[in-house]
Amino acid sequence: MATTPVQGISQLDSVFASCREIAQDMDFSTAKQWLKENPQKKAIGCFPVYCPVELIHASGMLPLGIIGGGNEIEVTYADSRFQSFVCSIVKSTLELGLTNRLSFLEGMVFHSICDPARNLSSVFQRNFPGLFVEYVHFPQNFASPLGRQYLAKEYQRLLNGLQQRSGHAPTADDLNRSIDLYNRIRASLREIYRIRTDSPHLISAAESFVLTRAGTLMAPENFLKMLQGVLSELPGRPTRPKDRIRVVLEGSFCELPPLGLIETLEQAGCYILDDDFLRGWRWFTEDVPLQEDPLAALAESYSERAYYSGTKHDTRERKAEHLIRLAREKKADAVVIQAAKFCEPALFDYALYRKALEDAKIPHLQLEFEEKTWSFDRARSEAETFVESLLFD
Amino acid sequence: MTQPAAKSDYQGRIHNLQKDMIGRYYSRLTAAAENKSEKAIYMLVSGNPVELIEAFDMIPVYPEVNALQLAVKKQSLPLILAAEEMGYSTDNCAYVKADVGMYFAGRKTPFATIPEPDLILCNYVGCNVYLQWFEHLREYSNAPIYNLDVPFFRSNSGEPFADDVQYVVKQLEEVIEVLERMSGKKLDYKKLQRIVALSGETGALWSEIKKLAQNRPSPFDAYFDSVMMMAPLYCLRGTEDGLWFFQEAYKEMKKRADSQEGPLPEEKFRVVMEGPPPWPYLRQFRDMFSRWGAVAVASTYSTVGGIWEFGFRHDPNRPLESIARHMLQWNLTNTNFLERYRQIKEYVSAWKADALVIHSVKSCRLFSAGQGDMREYFTKELNIPTLLIESDIEDPRYFSEAQLRNRVDAFFESLEHQRMMVHK
Repeated sequence: MATTPVQGISQLDSVFASCREIAQDMDFSTAKQWLKENPQKKAIGCFPVYCPVELIHASGMLPLGIIGGGNEIEVTYADSRFQSFVCSIVKSTLELGLTNRLSFLEGMVFHSICDPARNLSSVFQRNFPGLFVEYVHFPQNFASPLGRQYLAKEYQRLLNGLQQRSGHAPTADDLNRSIDLYNRIRASLREIYRIRTDSPHLISAAESFVLTRAGTLMAPENFLKMLQGVLSELPGRPTRPKDRIRVVLEGSFCELPPLGLIETLEQAGCYILDDDFLRGWRWFTEDVPLQEDPLAALAESYSERAYYSGTKHDTRERKAEHLIRLAREKKADAVVIQAAKFCEPALFDYALYRKALEDAKIPHLQLEFEEKTWSFDRARSEAETFVESLLFD
Repeated sequence: MTQPAAKSDYQGRIHNLQKDMIGRYYSRLTAAAENKSEKAIYMLVSGNPVELIEAFDMIPVYPEVNALQLAVKKQSLPLILAAEEMGYSTDNCAYVKADVGMYFAGRKTPFATIPEPDLILCNYVGCNVYLQWFEHLREYSNAPIYNLDVPFFRSNSGEPFADDVQYVVKQLEEVIEVLERMSGKKLDYKKLQRIVALSGETGALWSEIKKLAQNRPSPFDAYFDSVMMMAPLYCLRGTEDGLWFFQEAYKEMKKRADSQEGPLPEEKFRVVMEGPPPWPYLRQFRDMFSRWGAVAVASTYSTVGGIWEFGFRHDPNRPLESIARHMLQWNLTNTNFLERYRQIKEYVSAWKADALVIHSVKSCRLFSAGQGDMREYFTKELNIPTLLIESDIEDPRYFSEAQLRNRVDAFFESLEHQRMMVHK
């Protein structure tokens, strides 16, 4: 393994290695260290999918992605609260709380993404009485401007709650500064995804995944610097293209797939050009405009400048259209649908995707995963068979 | 100790009245399907604006009611399997799968032919599967859709946020515009007020009926017999017929209460039931409780379509606002889990229940996700004996009769034992 690569490569590799550690660290040491160095700051956990992190940041607090326990923790207590047919992330996130791993947080924000997440928010309220627990209602009426207008008011309500906890009432300028910071982060992530499409050998999906995940667990200012470093190094990375099929992946927008599963897909011969991992932290297709009313800008952008999400029910377009468009834009050979077990939004979408992909004659592979999985033999053999069927067709 | 089997079907006069009325409703649906006699508006049963649909003389179609009828008539499994063939997961809500299966089987059922939708009015009231369900029906039918977005009730003040009420009212005004375009006529505001008044009176009677269950014995089973009264509440609310049904139901129940007549020969245990029933095996499930003399005195399932027993009434002087409040706050699906704990707690104390039975159904995670925490709260914090059992609302594959019976028997045996110890 150990070679003496040129300076740039080793730097990139060490960045990804440290991201991997941060991403898998369920003690949240990086965030805790930062909080220790910034004792006036508090941290707010954000449950998937999308959270308006700018509101938390502008209130003088640190937004963190609290997105389940991965395969790093054993679920012992939460199993008795949520049944066997409830997805893993709901249980493992509660487990993080019940094992005191979240006691360093000032609050948790949940969103109207699905029924179990909704009830989880109540269970958090009851079990952690000192915690600030907020439930944000994202509108589901996109055909009328009423939805967007309403969301700006909902953001104001959230902001009122946050500033009570932080003691800082952000001005429009504060909010715009936070939007600008996160715009830069999201633009950098979009750039990384562009590189993945154009030159997929330069950065793997697993690397981009740990990078994005680590970014949800550190101060955004530090993450932006890290991203800028990665972007400057990537073009010179001396890796060679491999003979792989080009796929886009969808269905993993909430519960995080195990890193080993992403690596398995890549090793089985897939270049994953695009995916919806950590969709909420990369929500916008372009920058949120900086304007006099920042809450209106964020609300408007939620509806008008966002990627597809199975938790956002926009009736202005048929459900599978974005996916067919994406596959064609990326010149993908195939689509991988990778839904979390028991994830109703993703599983419902699949029923429509399947028919649409068949009609469009785009081959697809369907996989189900759980965050806690360790062994990927079955996924490997399914993926290898699928890849072979396309390579030697 | 096994109890002798007890007769556990409600056979009063209103049972037949209900059958006649719902039969007529289904004949209307069939007529709408066959000769387009009326415009069919698809909606969900939880907090909905059926009053607007009635004001335009259109007919509401409730896929949930159709799905449950399919399960009761033991027709659901082949339809669920057909949907799974199409790509739906075994873990998706089986109501949706049975309905999709039925849609592609020509919309013909043993009780009616279901019309194609003229409008899919998705009243999104808490349940996220509602959004999926109607989105899919829209894809299949190509009918126009309106997502009537109702913010989840999350205020701790006992009142919805003013912005939430205003948002829903404004959307109702947009729905009126849609219905005006479809019907080619303007809303008759006076007519809407009359309909809203009918809903108000119906809700008041339903609330009085539920309070009769505070009697000992309860004159009816507030779970198994309530479901019989729920169909008219959904399908006929806001009509003279619907009101008449509840007037008759109240008279009958009052008479039973006055003569101390209960649904079982002896009421030995009073329970609160939480969760939807297993429709494919309703009779078997009911018998598991009847043999122990257990009667439900209150149930959360009977509040899916509206909670009236704590005072909410539709108000003809503020028709849109009261429809909005019904959708926002006064139905089970849009209220949060902790509100449900409060609701159950109130049932246990005011309806004087001995125990809580939680029937956890896989299909409906809105209802069930987290019921383990609920059990924890009621047993450990409130010291109320609580039984948690699992099956499904629609999919017969998840009903394990022997296992359920063992759990139910063990629970009531232990309750009986505790009683004996107290009386020693």
